[in-house]
Amino acid sequence: MRYSKTGRAKYISHLDLTATLQRALLRAGIKLKYSEGFNPHPYISVALPLSVGVESICELVDVAIMGESLPDVKAIKLPDGIIITDIYFPSRKINEIKWLEISVKLYYDREVDSELASNIMSVLTQDSIVITKRTKRGTKDIDIIPHIRDVNVECNDCILLSAKISAQEPTLNAVDLLNALCDDFKPLHTDVKRIELYDAKMVKFE
Amino acid sequence: MISQKLEKVLSKVQKPARYSGGEYNQIIKDKQNVNVRVAFCFPDTYEIGMSNLGLKILYGALNNIDDVWCERVFAPWTDMEHEMRENAIPLYGLESYDSIRDFDIVAFTIGYELSYTNVLNMLDLAGIPLRSADREEDGPLVIAGGACSYNPEPMAEFIDLFVVGEGEDVVVELVDTFKSTDSKKAFLEAASELHGVYVPSLYDQGITYVKKRIVEDLDSAYFPVDSIIPSTSIVHDRSVLELFRGCIRGCKFCMAGYTGNPVRSRSPDLLTKQGIAAISNSGYDELALLSLSTSDYKHLSELCDGLLEWCEPRKVNLSLPSLRADNFSIELMERVQKVRKSGLTFAPEAGSQRLRDYINKNIKEDDLINACRVAFEGGWNSVKLYFMLGLPTETDEDVTAIADLAHTVLQTWRDFTNNKKRGVRITVSTSCFIPKPHTPFQREAQIPIDEYSRRVELLRSSIRAKSITYNWHSPQQGYIEAALSRGDRQLGNVVEAVWKMGARMDSWSDHFSYEKWIAAFDECSTDAEHYASRKRGVDEKLPWEFIQI
Ligand code: SF4
Repeated sequence: MRYSKTGRAKYISHLDLTATLQRALLRAGIKLKYSEGFNPHPYISVALPLSVGVESICELVDVAIMGESLPDVKAIKLPDGIIITDIYFPSRKINEIKWLEISVKLYYDREVDSELASNIMSVLTQDSIVITKRTKRGTKDIDIIPHIRDVNVECNDCILLSAKISAQEPTLNAVDLLNALCDDFKPLHTDVKRIELYDAKMVKFE
Repeated sequence: MISQKLEKVLSKVQKPARYSGGEYNQIIKDKQNVNVRVAFCFPDTYEIGMSNLGLKILYGALNNIDDVWCERVFAPWTDMEHEMRENAIPLYGLESYDSIRDFDIVAFTIGYELSYTNVLNMLDLAGIPLRSADREEDGPLVIAGGACSYNPEPMAEFIDLFVVGEGEDVVVELVDTFKSTDSKKAFLEAASELHGVYVPSLYDQGITYVKKRIVEDLDSAYFPVDSIIPSTSIVHDRSVLELFRGCIRGCKFCMAGYTGNPVRSRSPDLLTKQGIAAISNSGYDELALLSLSTSDYKHLSELCDGLLEWCEPRKVNLSLPSLRADNFSIELMERVQKVRKSGLTFAPEAGSQRLRDYINKNIKEDDLINACRVAFEGGWNSVKLYFMLGLPTETDEDVTAIADLAHTVLQTWRDFTNNKKRGVRITVSTSCFIPKPHTPFQREAQIPIDEYSRRVELLRSSIRAKSITYNWHSPQQGYIEAALSRGDRQLGNVVEAVWKMGARMDSWSDHFSYEKWIAAFDECSTDAEHYASRKRGVDEKLPWEFIQI
């Protein structure tokens, strides 16, 4: 299933989301496939965990169901802000996702101007930015520049940053980009939104 | 709409889903068509409040009225309170994000004395003056219901009107009265005529008694089967049924047992229908059958069979809290929990048969041991046992008898389990006895904190087995709860004083500050001992006497 998670729903955590989706599917009368064993549980797997507070219009979840036919989207009732946009039998694997398009609004406690925008642009288009990332096996220094592309920074009421970042191996977040900014350019508050998923060949992942 | 200011705050606090609303089944109405706006306030966290059946019932009952919009409000955790004060965000309804200062009625459900400070804190966060006397004509009415209404006096200065007893019918009548009157004074006067309503400001003007309200017939009463489904995990993520109200047992310490009567049951047919509807509408995988003493429901077997037939193929688990420790109950548990076994919980309340008989808790040791035997044979390996320390007439023998009973349960496991390797967990928990209004023990003294601690130590040192864990409630919290439970109107000053000193979330042991409470009693030139540990003479007038149960 492909869905968006915006507005109030952005505060639902990744863990709670699985339970929320499960309940919604059961309410809609959809027969889920359960695991065998002592404590059977359904297969519901949300791709690319989304941080609390981040919006997205390109979320994916794999659900194992009984039977051959696709459930009716309209029958699935979800909390305010989660909207299922498509249901299909997947033909591609989640690990084929490579790029994630994001859009970030940066708010400051001062007026913003195009100079700030171009400064941020130049930071994010340097030859190399090494950051320290926490991984399962401790911390690791990586250069994020090869994992960022199509950066664009504009100035409106706030600074508008868009980019495509590596979604898997390594997994980058908007926060990683913001951390690369020096203190002068660090915003007070940001709104982050995921826009689209692409594979390694920059083909939309569907 | 959510304001940018609030968005900023929500990006900083823990568990923002507590404060953002938007859950499936929340009620949104068009303000144009709404005449009465109600803020239903629960003076504890979202996770606790959203698990509360009373909230679900009243939210549904009020929103069933077309031109009434009832929203939910919970006590913000300390980090959120800090941010709200810092950023001047007033307390708001989760549905609309509108400040509740502009609502018509602000209604609290207060089930626990230690949440009194949260009530004041929520009023303050809303920008509503704490005392009824200081509130203006155009501000909201502040009303309250819940178990604490059985002794409303400590909160009487802050609350315009109390609902005593069961609220689902009264709230509807109150809203009607609100629509047909044009001033606060006129409303309060008219409302005070309703059965089950207490208006403290009219107390001096000749009120002699207030009789609690009950719902006569549960089968025709409103029951919610389409409640809000939280998008974040709460204390009880499950659908519930209410089998009956009241309790035939009459344990002498138990206020719920005395105030909830007479016993009124729902028919098993209706319950089965409600259970199926509640699960279908929620998507939950657990259905809990609630009541004060579920084993006493006449049609329990029949009801469980009916529900199991529907639930089992759908992998929905039935849970039966509040079971008695007897064979019938355990056999039923075995039938309903074939797959997922929840822990077993029993409340013998006292360790010795003598003391159990004295407090009217009619559980025989043999029954309890038999029940444990059947459970252990059936594969259970964890039992929780609840007791009270400090019950009237309790001796050291009664205290050590708790340890003996726990050891007998352990021995029963050794003798009858079919899986010794898996081990067993026996948990003994004690709370301190609190003399509660309207019970036969209402005039009794609570034992002093030091004495409770001595008995805790005695019990702790009498428990020798490693597989028995012993937990005890904080005696300091129990002491303050006892003082507030039997408090009079004067205690309102203490509650306000301690709130001013920063007391919040007193029901959470890591937030409760005994020192602040004692300082507040001092500041108001009174002491907690006078309320908690003093035996009341038979002639002494009790502050809650005018409430008739
Ligand atoms: S303790 Fe339980 S059984 Fe006893 S009166 Fe109270 S509710 Fe009934």
